[in-house]
Amino acid sequence: MSLWVLRGLRDGVVTTRWPRRPDEYADSWRGPVRAVGPVGSVDPALCPTGAIREPGVDQGRCILCGRCVAERPDLFAWSRGATGPTAAALRREALVVPKVPETDEAVAAARVRLAARTAALRRSVHVRHVDAGSDGSEEWEIQALLGPVYDIGRLGVFFTASPRHADVLLVTGVGARGMAASLRATYEAMPDPRVVIAAGTDAVSGGLLSDSDQTTAGVAATVPVDVWLAGSPPPPFGILNALLIAVGQLAGGGKGAR
Amino acid sequence: MTAEVLWKDIESRVAAGDRFAGLFATRRPDGALMLSAHLAVPGGIDTLGTTLPVAASGYPALTPRLGAAFWYEREIHDHFGVIPEGHPRLAPLVLPGSPEEHALTRHVAGYGVFTIPHGPVRSGVLESIEYLVETPGEAIPHLNMRLFYKHRGIENRYEGMTPAEGVLLAERTEGIASVAHALAYCHALERLAGCEPPPAAALVRALYGELERIANHLDVAVRLSDAAGLAVATARFALHKERVLRLVSRMCDSRFGRGVVVPGGVSARPLVPMAEISAELARLSQAIAGDAAALMATSSFLDRLRGTGPLAPDRARQHGALGPIGKAGGFSDDARLHRPYDAYSWLAVPRARAHTAGDALARLRVRWEEVDQSFRLIELVADDLAERPSDLLRVTCDPTGGRAAGWTEAPQGEVIYDVTLRSGRIARCHPRSASFHNLVLMHEVFAGDILTDFPFIEASFGLSVAGVAL
Repeated sequence: MSLWVLRGLRDGVVTTRWPRRPDEYADSWRGPVRAVGPVGSVDPALCPTGAIREPGVDQGRCILCGRCVAERPDLFAWSRGATGPTAAALRREALVVPKVPETDEAVAAARVRLAARTAALRRSVHVRHVDAGSDGSEEWEIQALLGPVYDIGRLGVFFTASPRHADVLLVTGVGARGMAASLRATYEAMPDPRVVIAAGTDAVSGGLLSDSDQTTAGVAATVPVDVWLAGSPPPPFGILNALLIAVGQLAGGGKGAR
Repeated sequence: MTAEVLWKDIESRVAAGDRFAGLFATRRPDGALMLSAHLAVPGGIDTLGTTLPVAASGYPALTPRLGAAFWYEREIHDHFGVIPEGHPRLAPLVLPGSPEEHALTRHVAGYGVFTIPHGPVRSGVLESIEYLVETPGEAIPHLNMRLFYKHRGIENRYEGMTPAEGVLLAERTEGIASVAHALAYCHALERLAGCEPPPAAALVRALYGELERIANHLDVAVRLSDAAGLAVATARFALHKERVLRLVSRMCDSRFGRGVVVPGGVSARPLVPMAEISAELARLSQAIAGDAAALMATSSFLDRLRGTGPLAPDRARQHGALGPIGKAGGFSDDARLHRPYDAYSWLAVPRARAHTAGDALARLRVRWEEVDQSFRLIELVADDLAERPSDLLRVTCDPTGGRAAGWTEAPQGEVIYDVTLRSGRIARCHPRSASFHNLVLMHEVFAGDILTDFPFIEASFGLSVAGVAL
């Protein structure tokens, strides 16, 4: 066993200091596409998930394929950074950038309501994950949070097996109809206050597999979502950022916030 | 050819050494149902087919002749309602059934035997699947699986897509093997168009494919170490895996290599200079080798894996078990060696050592050898790429019609895509992941193993549910 003690010391501390200190990897992350010009004239068929819609790009539908950036670099550009107040949204419509007018107010109201619910959770949060039809990559990114690089335990965030002990429901996947009953039952088993995060473009809108015989248009059809996180899949920093926003450790929640 | 005649043909070819690689159905425009089987032969994949009479309600099942067709015929029944007559157990597999079908049926009778429904929401961050564990308390005389919870209707979604859009869905069919799936899909398109990716592109494809393999095998190491409660080993392998994913994201802005593979080649060279990639991988390879050696010298860990979840070599061969599961049981089929594609047709792919134990330990040994192989292959790729600094990365690949199969060796084993195009659109695309072919073997590897062995066996299979319940 002493063998492992020594091996554990090999690389020193590899854990990120974020959110206390900035992290270069988080900041350099290539995120969903944003509009940098008027998109009215763009052929909607350019986007395979129909994310291009007035007045810009619905990042909740963006699967980061980059078709639009390659085709019309004058109108579309990648966003950068996996963290910060704008990397996850407290209202679905806040994922549409540039923002729709009314959004700021709605986000502010959502923030106040969420903060009131989660005031007690700030220092110790228990998370239950449910896969509602993911492609498997989202689970990898969530598991990474448990590893030494992200080590969410240091922030007081823990994963729990039982929904009865959970404060946050972290949902991935397109909203497979076969998972709807189990997802709903998991949500209902959670005590109040509870917060639901839709993690990834699939969970937000269904992505490429939105709304079919076998899927719903994201998981909001089954559980009420509080925090919306785009990404295909969202990176570990993005998920961590959304978790901290969900429990009010970080301010945020709207594309309008910056 | 009737189904009966085709089955006889397949049976004799499998007896002669071909490997049964899958069976699926397609509704033809005239309403008739076409059954297509894949056989792996040296150098390629053969596609055989038969069309059932219009409005046929059934056909003689293949499963009684060839056990490996068990799940394939259930999948066909789920999707098309046609009955494989003589099939031993025609329960729903990939589509959620009626509420009555959710009742727990037990296969084992005996004093105190009960069923533990484990899933679909399980402890830990895992994909949704339900294991029905029949147990008198410790031993597991029978295990049943329900896969259908996260069925996403992927095959239907392909229909009507343009070939270029199809890559995006292939990348999301089994997300942890995005590169392998995108490649198998593109290989089918390239066969249809009669084009070949330029050498530099073939090398870049191999580079991403091998990095994906390393990440996947490290993931299995993380899960096995975690199951054994080795906190430091778990953290070490998680660190290595994160470093691989970060390297991939620096190379292409996606941690899963998405957006790299396109029909006819690759979208770009790595954004990081090859010399830097090589240096980083040399460090990683050394660190992984050290930790792997330590793990394989930790007796409390090895004790949990040795003899756990064994698959007998003759069963591995009969079923045509893919990837590390087959290799651990002495059935060493590797598409890179036996049906080479892209750069593997000229790179010297190291041959795997022969294993026969077929247990969880042998599967882990195979994975470490493959990790080692992958690092060596990447070195070859890097040298080769350095000599082609400004080569073409993509040729025009614009097929409009026809049908072809493409394949790759994913970390889980062989992936096959059977693609039919009509007027420039996808008319049918059937992905067959190694996860689908291999997961059925979970039924039969619990001989003598007990409940606490379960996480080891599951992790040692290293499969993804997303690739099973499409």
